[in-house]
Amino acid sequence: MMIGFYAMIGKNNLVKKLIGMNIFQTSIILFFISTGSKKGATIPIVADGHGVVHRTIEAIQYMNPLPHVLMLTAIVVMVSTFGVALALLLMIYRRYQTLEEDEILALRRK
Amino acid sequence: MTASPFPILIIVVPLISAFLIILLGWLKKNLCYPFMVAALAVSALSSLAILQEVIHHGILHYHLGNWDPPWGIEYVIDPLNAFVLVIVSVISLLIAIASKKMVEREFPHKVVFFYCLFLLQVTGLLGIVVTGDVFNLYVFLEIASLAGYALIAIGEDGAPFASFNYMIYGTIGACFYLLSVGYLYIVTGSLNMADLSRLLPDLYSSKVVLMAFAFFVVGVAIKMALFPLHVWLPDAYTYAPSSVTSLVAPLTTKVGAYVLIRIMYTVFEPNFSKVAIPAATILSWVAFFAILFGCILALGQKDLKRMLVYVLIAEVGYIALGVGLGNRNGLTGAILHIMNDALMMACLFLIVGAITYKGWPRQIDRFIGLHKKMPVTMAAFVISALSVIGIPPACGFFSKWYLVLGAIDAKQWLFVAVLLVSSLLNAILFFRVIERAYFEPGANERNVQPVKNKAKFIWDEAPLSMLIPTVLLAAGILSVGLLSGTIISEVIQFALPASF
Repeated sequence: MMIGFYAMIGKNNLVKKLIGMNIFQTSIILFFISTGSKKGATIPIVADGHGVVHRTIEAIQYMNPLPHVLMLTAIVVMVSTFGVALALLLMIYRRYQTLEEDEILALRRK
Repeated sequence: MTASPFPILIIVVPLISAFLIILLGWLKKNLCYPFMVAALAVSALSSLAILQEVIHHGILHYHLGNWDPPWGIEYVIDPLNAFVLVIVSVISLLIAIASKKMVEREFPHKVVFFYCLFLLQVTGLLGIVVTGDVFNLYVFLEIASLAGYALIAIGEDGAPFASFNYMIYGTIGACFYLLSVGYLYIVTGSLNMADLSRLLPDLYSSKVVLMAFAFFVVGVAIKMALFPLHVWLPDAYTYAPSSVTSLVAPLTTKVGAYVLIRIMYTVFEPNFSKVAIPAATILSWVAFFAILFGCILALGQKDLKRMLVYVLIAEVGYIALGVGLGNRNGLTGAILHIMNDALMMACLFLIVGAITYKGWPRQIDRFIGLHKKMPVTMAAFVISALSVIGIPPACGFFSKWYLVLGAIDAKQWLFVAVLLVSSLLNAILFFRVIERAYFEPGANERNVQPVKNKAKFIWDEAPLSMLIPTVLLAAGILSVGLLSGTIISEVIQFALPASF
């Protein structure tokens, strides 16, 4: 997480910033997923749940599926952010012919 | 339970029509604009209906897909939501009406996509306000921000770069928010706001909750551009097309402020935010500097739009100050200021749009004689300027009044001082513009005799579709000012958390 955060703030190249952003977001996703896991638990699918007389399900045997579901949404958000960012970078590159932040700032000042 | 359909209508109508508009755009471009206005009118009307219902029947719940609250997503609307909803939907409707000419002038071939993004942005903002689920809030936050990045990037020369910077900062903010949601989920196992506020008090001593709170406040502060984290805002809003700025500038920051109030005082208890950690005190000091620096930086700007952007930063500071003071008067002032500021900023940025539409430069010292060309627009400008300064009949006065009262209640004399000083600074700022536009005789008109001057009253107003929303907003500023007593006793009083 810190690597991504550093890259977002400290790097000069815009693409590196974007990659930093990606690392940052991915680490948050992993963080969420890790909250759902339990030792010795299996995937949250009740194997013979359908058609069988309802049994009590022991929650401890299954991983918590909710963080996974949340992260599916977060991944969608992440991908779309990435897409918009790439489009922006394309526009920036076409206009300034560079992706280094200080060079762009220098060009802008003229 | 027979739920009222309005909470969902208000989101779904703009969301679906955003996509329908692209299809419509293939068939017939002219249909897009009335279609968008109709969609926004539906959500504005349903927000008014919701406000009525909430005032008469209390809090509304809407369970998405009929899942019960702690598991399913729930839309909760209490007076605070309903109030902010009305502001967002009505102002976005007015801006939508006004945007037609500006959009057609600024980027004629992108009209359809502009409307689509515009609707998505409004959907996101309304969704943030309406939802009662912290993760759902994150999703809407990102919808609004993504649409915002794209909209801003349409603008003039520096826009893509400014938008990219905004995006980096915005994503950091959103990630911090998501992280804090994660922490809260770990300790409570719930994402529902009402559920969280029930579960959290037992856990206030936990370090994880503290972390969540800290990440949360910083994340939202980035989104609402509170002073030290405002760096993305001036560039992004200055270079954005004026139609976009007039939508994004008044609403995004206000919705951020709403989220801050919601989480600090509903999800967490006011006692926690004020006593357990000195978050509220820190917030009000940050706001103190925000107000001061916003005004001082605004003084240095020659470009009207850029000046307004810095004024906006100061205004965000006012709201944060009210939230940070955390007493009855302060919070009343903050909530009232959310509305007032949204009105004022929408009006001012629309006026900037109108001025640039007519081909005037945005440099303040070139506004000479503007009032003769655009009398109505400039009259609206004067009204909203008076409101920003805080002169009685305009609404800005009343929210400042409550903020000052709140600061006195909290015995924070420095905050009282900064509120008054910033009013003076605002007065300097705006009278500089007004003086140029009204009183300084134009260089070429000096020779003309005064009597003839009247005959030469050149009517060069902005088109009606821009003029009407501007005038409506200006009228809104005045009437909200006059009615603020009623608004407070009917709505805001109930919007405050119970413990005040």
